[in-house]
Amino acid sequence: MQTKRMTYPGRFLPYALLAPQVIVTLIFFIWPAGQALYQSLLREDAFGLKTTFVGLENFARLFRDGAYLNSLSVTVVFALGTTLLSMAAALLLASTVNRMLRSRSTYTTLLVWPYAIAPAIAGVLWWFIFNPSIGIVPYMLDMVGYQWNHRTSGADAMLLVIFAAAWKQISYNFLFFLAGLQSIPQSLIEAAAIDGASPIKRFWTIIFPLLTPTTFFLMVVNVVYAMFDTFAIIHATTEGGPAQATNILVYKVYADGFVGLNLGSSAAQSVILMVIVVALTMIQFRFIERRVNY
Amino acid sequence: MVENRPWANLIAHLVLIAGVALVVFPVYVAIIASTHSLSGLLQGTLPLLPGDQGIENYKLMWQSGVSNAGAPPAGLMLWNSFVMAMAITVGKLFISLLSAFAIVYFRFRFRMFFFWLIFVTLMLPVEVRIIPTFQVVADLNMLNSFAGLSIPLIASATATFLFRQFFMTIPEEMLEAARVDGAGPLKFFKDILMPLSVTNIAALFVIMFIYGWNQYLWPLIITTDPDYYTIVMGIQRMTSEENPQWHLVMAALVMAALPPVLVILFMQRLFVKGLTETEK
Repeated sequence: MQTKRMTYPGRFLPYALLAPQVIVTLIFFIWPAGQALYQSLLREDAFGLKTTFVGLENFARLFRDGAYLNSLSVTVVFALGTTLLSMAAALLLASTVNRMLRSRSTYTTLLVWPYAIAPAIAGVLWWFIFNPSIGIVPYMLDMVGYQWNHRTSGADAMLLVIFAAAWKQISYNFLFFLAGLQSIPQSLIEAAAIDGASPIKRFWTIIFPLLTPTTFFLMVVNVVYAMFDTFAIIHATTEGGPAQATNILVYKVYADGFVGLNLGSSAAQSVILMVIVVALTMIQFRFIERRVNY
Repeated sequence: MVENRPWANLIAHLVLIAGVALVVFPVYVAIIASTHSLSGLLQGTLPLLPGDQGIENYKLMWQSGVSNAGAPPAGLMLWNSFVMAMAITVGKLFISLLSAFAIVYFRFRFRMFFFWLIFVTLMLPVEVRIIPTFQVVADLNMLNSFAGLSIPLIASATATFLFRQFFMTIPEEMLEAARVDGAGPLKFFKDILMPLSVTNIAALFVIMFIYGWNQYLWPLIITTDPDYYTIVMGIQRMTSEENPQWHLVMAALVMAALPPVLVILFMQRLFVKGLTETEK
């Protein structure tokens, strides 16, 4: 990693400048992460009196535990659903906005503000309009003969949290797709139009392939978002229920540790999640390095 | 647009109007619900036109809150949210500027080590290491305080990277000229780097403020004293009741969403710059 050709000499100053950041990192990031790693190897008895070293037993138990495996598959469904729904909607809106000349900035303004809404608030909003007794959507669904109830139906609850999570993420994906679309050379599209390609044909054979770097980047970001930033949506609405149907991994860490007080298992789950984040971050950085030469 | 197709244009506008309507709908319902009385909401289905209880609902929520549901007055919670968001934002910008300056303009032992140490924070979201972090903050006696709400969240790898990237694009001649004129490192930082970074600082400010304002899990677990409740977590406390008072919940929700939404609407250009550049 390079610095400037010319730098300041300094024996103490650079360390002093770095100190605040490094101290916060050590105390609130590295130390707790180390603690999680250490606790994942221990087991406490029911009263918290005795702690024994159990090696990798906590991990082995997790992968034999039906509830944990269920949480894994719930997370996959949730992350894929949120990513696909939100990216498809954002791509449709971005490529449509990109056609516009005069109204482009108006539509953009109307579409970006949900980024500012907290995930918890997004969850409560959708929880409210889907509320089985007073909500407006179940009322309309009832007219076509569907009984919506996210308090008893796992599938309904999953759809609800996917809607809330995807809704909040549309504006983010929209902005990145729009930036990607605007960087595609207009001459390519004009050439195809002169050759008689319709807008839809142009989209699938020219625009979409050229958007691949943006699409891959957004896929990774969206999966990270769905796995880690949606804790608030779950906690403020379904709380993992009904019957574990929306108990995603990051919520289970909290529920097992804070509510269930099963520290060893919760710490082991933390460690697994950290490994997943590290892997996803690595993939993300790989793509960023390669995104220039598509 | 390459050619003129009136029908395609019409369809495009319809698609966009439908998209905007879908995006706006949940918030529209919330605003409408906040202007009705609770009994108005509970009879049958949700009304779609404003009611006449709006002023009373907001006044009640602002001044007294819903104390039996554990929600203090919204005025207090909004203030707490504001203090926390500002502390996080200013703290993040301050320590990231300093560390990016150290990494770019100095050569010293363990430079790479520190760089990677900061990088690691990118990979450890608070949700993942929540219990041990809570223990650390409890041991430091920082529960129920603004320090506890903000300091654990102010380390920022993204801001440090962005500033590092930006400092690398500043011409070498700047430093050479400054050194010839006898400016020391701190003077160079204060009088040359800071003024050049103003746009970047402003763009990150918008993103960080929204991040800070929208914090949820952290304030939820480290505050037990209602004097430190923030608005986003206060709403959750009101909804987790047996029979939530939806009209007041929605009034609080509109108040909680308004500040960050206004920030985005009024600083849209900075927001887009901050968002697209921090993530790349």
